[in-house]
Amino acid sequence: MSDPISSSSSFLNLKNHAKIKSWEWVGLLLVLACPWVFVSHAMLVNEIAITALFAVSLDLILGYSGIVSLGQAAFFGWGCYSAGLFAKLWMPDPIVGLVFSTFSGVLLGFVLSFTILRGTDLTRIMVTLGVSLIGYELANRLSGLTGGADGLQGVLMGPVLGLFEFDLIGQVASLYSVTALVLVLVLLRHLVYSPFGVGLTAIRDNRLRAESVGLPVAVRLVVIYSVSAGVAALSGALLAQTTGFASLDVFSFERSADVLLMLVIGGAGWLYGGVVGAIVFKLFQQELSSITPQYWMFWIGLLLVILVLVGREKLFSPFKRLMP
Amino acid sequence: MSDLPNVEIVLKASALCKNFGGIKATQNVSLALPRGARHALIGPNGAGKTTLINLLTGVLPLSSGRIELLGQDITHLSSSQRVKRGLVRTFQINQLFGSMTPVSTLAWVVSQHWGLGSRWWNPLGHKPVVLTRVDELLVQFHLTDVALERVSTLSYGKQRLLEIAIALACEPKVLLLDEPVAGVPAGEREEILITLGQLPMDVCILLIEHDMDLVFSFANRMTVLVNGTLLCEASNEEIANDPRVKEVYLGAEAIEGVTHG
Repeated sequence: MSDPISSSSSFLNLKNHAKIKSWEWVGLLLVLACPWVFVSHAMLVNEIAITALFAVSLDLILGYSGIVSLGQAAFFGWGCYSAGLFAKLWMPDPIVGLVFSTFSGVLLGFVLSFTILRGTDLTRIMVTLGVSLIGYELANRLSGLTGGADGLQGVLMGPVLGLFEFDLIGQVASLYSVTALVLVLVLLRHLVYSPFGVGLTAIRDNRLRAESVGLPVAVRLVVIYSVSAGVAALSGALLAQTTGFASLDVFSFERSADVLLMLVIGGAGWLYGGVVGAIVFKLFQQELSSITPQYWMFWIGLLLVILVLVGREKLFSPFKRLMP
Repeated sequence: MSDLPNVEIVLKASALCKNFGGIKATQNVSLALPRGARHALIGPNGAGKTTLINLLTGVLPLSSGRIELLGQDITHLSSSQRVKRGLVRTFQINQLFGSMTPVSTLAWVVSQHWGLGSRWWNPLGHKPVVLTRVDELLVQFHLTDVALERVSTLSYGKQRLLEIAIALACEPKVLLLDEPVAGVPAGEREEILITLGQLPMDVCILLIEHDMDLVFSFANRMTVLVNGTLLCEASNEEIANDPRVKEVYLGAEAIEGVTHG
């Protein structure tokens, strides 16, 4: 009964759609090259990679699954402090610490996912914001462990893989973070095009219908919230490990809000949106704050207003046609 | 499950009741659909038709009563568990995935239904059998031409067809169609009516519809609901000639049309 011609056409369509394109490989390689190309700006590269990873974590829940969060910094902060404490109290090996922080972030995300399963966007914004504020005050209050308002100091990291010591200009740090970013992007690139990932889009588009074709919506949301928390914790851990420091601002509201801005600038619901947003945001910050140190947010605000009012599609459609 | 021996009644609902506070939305409604049924559920506005669908599919919990699918009690199963067992519905107002295409929508629903929905490494449509099934559905529902377009940009009629295609992709034993041609412009109506007429006979169908032409041409038995209670259940001819139905619902012209047409 099935028509062989149409059969092969939809087959090819989905296959081509999901295939990792050559421009994606080129992009990932360019990102990997950054620590070598911009050696003199290694710490900035490091910071951008970490922020990009953090923005990607938010994209998983906001862009793909439609879960609005204004408290993603809770997981970032958790990853940051847990990695710092792990190195200080237990083991200075960065890779082991990174794995530990990531999985503890997944666990925290699992527990907290039950707070976002029900409710509207507004209740989710409030709950996630509340959780990050709780994290902030806990880190502040438990000063015996965290150093309180002075921050967690004296985090000494061992060499990466036992071979590469973190250097002063930050080249090893930026390589370490960029490698983590690229690995996570490759993993998530598979996830978002898989049946699991498309199921998240289905939940975002129409939760009622997703449920009525037999999708266990709550289970999927718990899983993706945990994964997202793990990625956010991973990015926080990278920050603590590469700077040897954790301060209270990792939990701050501004951090959650900034990452949301980056995602909107780069494009939510697109895996590389967080990366593009982080690059644009951080470079803007770097360049504009050297010109107008106090008012650089003015330009970010203007960019946002233009993006949202004109629409990204219209602004960037010429570029879209260039990269099929 | 379809080859259970000698199960005559596929869906059996007994004495369903639903109260919203003091309001009795559904009172003591029973329904039995045999294999291959083409059964219509009719009644004036506010008769409780959609409530009954919500009770059958598990969207609303029952106040009392019992529902059996293929002889098994499904009264306490969640709606997604009922879908897995073959009780699937469509919606009166389209419930689609606006940012996807018909191909990705159907490929995902088929994958999900076949238990591939939690795979996270290989892309959607990695298994050729899924795509073969998707192509059958696209052809069956006249969606091949628009297969790669964004669902939110499809014409209303095509969206209506996709609405039903999604339900059929779940391989239903019982399909509940909630006003499938409501709001469809005349030009696209015919395509939907033909598609409905060609739905496989091993699927038993409960149709809710206000369009009496469709009801009388599609169904061979019907249940009339009034104010949340069962008024009667009978064949088309009996319903058309029942004075009580005439009184509460059909109106003289409609009956005229049926008996002469």
